[in-house]
Amino acid sequence: MAEPVDITAKGGTPDLQAEPMLINIGPSHPATHATLRFQAKLDGETILDLVPEFGYLHRGFEKESEASTWTQVVPYTDRLNYVSPLMNNVGYAMAVEKLCGIEITERCKYVRVIISELSRIIDHMVCIGTNMVDLGALTNFWYFWKPREEVYFLIEELCGQRLTTSYTRIGGAMADLPEGWTDRVLAVCRGVIPECIADVNALLTKNRIFIERTMGVGPISAKDAVALGFTGPCLRAAGVPLDLRKDETYLVYDRFDFDVPVGEAGDTCDRYMVRMEEMRQSLRIIEQAIAKLPGGPINIDDPRFILPGKEQVYGNIEALMNHFKFIMEGVKVPAGEVYSATEAANGELGFYIVSRGGGGPYKIKVRPPCFPLFQGIPHLVKGQMIADLIATLGSVNIIAGELDR
Amino acid sequence: MSIVLDRLRGRFPADVVSTHSDFGDDTALVRRERIVEILAFLRDDPELLFDFAMDLTGVDYLGEEPRFEVVYHLYSLEKKRRVRIKVRLHEDDPVIDTAVPVWPGIDWYEREAWDMYGIVFRGHPNLKRILLYEAFEGHPLRKDYPKAKRQPTIGPEE
Repeated sequence: MAEPVDITAKGGTPDLQAEPMLINIGPSHPATHATLRFQAKLDGETILDLVPEFGYLHRGFEKESEASTWTQVVPYTDRLNYVSPLMNNVGYAMAVEKLCGIEITERCKYVRVIISELSRIIDHMVCIGTNMVDLGALTNFWYFWKPREEVYFLIEELCGQRLTTSYTRIGGAMADLPEGWTDRVLAVCRGVIPECIADVNALLTKNRIFIERTMGVGPISAKDAVALGFTGPCLRAAGVPLDLRKDETYLVYDRFDFDVPVGEAGDTCDRYMVRMEEMRQSLRIIEQAIAKLPGGPINIDDPRFILPGKEQVYGNIEALMNHFKFIMEGVKVPAGEVYSATEAANGELGFYIVSRGGGGPYKIKVRPPCFPLFQGIPHLVKGQMIADLIATLGSVNIIAGELDR
Repeated sequence: MSIVLDRLRGRFPADVVSTHSDFGDDTALVRRERIVEILAFLRDDPELLFDFAMDLTGVDYLGEEPRFEVVYHLYSLEKKRRVRIKVRLHEDDPVIDTAVPVWPGIDWYEREAWDMYGIVFRGHPNLKRILLYEAFEGHPLRKDYPKAKRQPTIGPEE
């Protein structure tokens, strides 16, 4: 038999002297967007306690990586945050390059910035779009799906895949940009995306229903957000201007002029506002990066890391042997350990890599930005309504692929 | 040597085993006995202020003694610095004090290290498996756990 309500229960105070109800949400539920599960203890519609559970999508990324070569891990990183896979590719490649002491070419740095910012835009579009679907505003979802589709066409042209991009390599990229690609990026960034952001902005930002569903819903203070390890838009919405692109600048982000938006209350509305502004700032970065994009090779000129060209492999025996050893044994990465972090769409994406000098990693640990965010969900919604949980969960943007690995 | 490692050595001369700054990452290997004190010092010292516990993981160095390593990655919002703290644990006693009182956000990382490596965090409020289910046998990221091993997948215990 259930216990009578304890008035001192954590979180909200029950307004009815009734028994608390335990309700299970997920793991397969349209509003969780992924295989997430909650056990909620409710008094009426008020959340007294919430226990998040996950692991339904655990694929053993880290175990699998330990048996792969360095380059074979790149496709696995696509499956971490599958909404912005290019960013994971970049984060992983940067970690291995740090270990190898590789300085990638200028062109490659700019290309990585452009693909990262494109990914950030589509990631935020998915987050806002699906969040709004949960609140009953389906139109915004479709308004954002069109530009997202346009960006996917660009990504498809870039690497032949829409979702599983595997674009980066140790020391460069799979291939250079296709002919005229930057012009088409500019056309999308000027002609399609700003219009859609403006449409969604016009539909939502001053909409009274939207404001009442999001303002003050799922708030967190700056202090709590730091203590819980929040990063990315969720931390910035709480008023902490931490952005690794500015604070630990990498690639060539220090050469661009862009702003880091911050919120105040750390609630669902602020998270939405921060993401909307970040998309506009990403457009600014892409414009500047394409304007300054240097020529030259995309890969470093180092036969220890870069595969020999096709004509050489078919033309001389040394290149053929080299190619064989590359594929079978992997590139040789010096022994040591590094932690490399990048600002992914959801926050700090960190890779802790231990190498013992072999052709593959001895250990890879991903620090997924969602992990602490999902841990903080009970803190965000305790004492609020069950419908607020859905609004908050969508705005925090949990991606099970990187959460469960 | 970096200011972080200097201060840490100055404050805990007997507990810091070794330090290095390879690849630009400040790293200190410390003894496990006063780990909570060391972490609290790193968080509270006005010169350091490591207010973010960014990551925690285990590493299995099978064949070495001590076998396991617990790795903390900390970040300071104000000083914009990072540090890595490592602790070695013996195979027959893989126990370390929990850091949850220092950073509440480290809770799930410790659960994951328990799940994947079987490292016990003494005093942890809820040391349960996190990615796998309670009936799972063994700790899969240990080097002696075969990659191809399969176990029946069953639901969580109620």
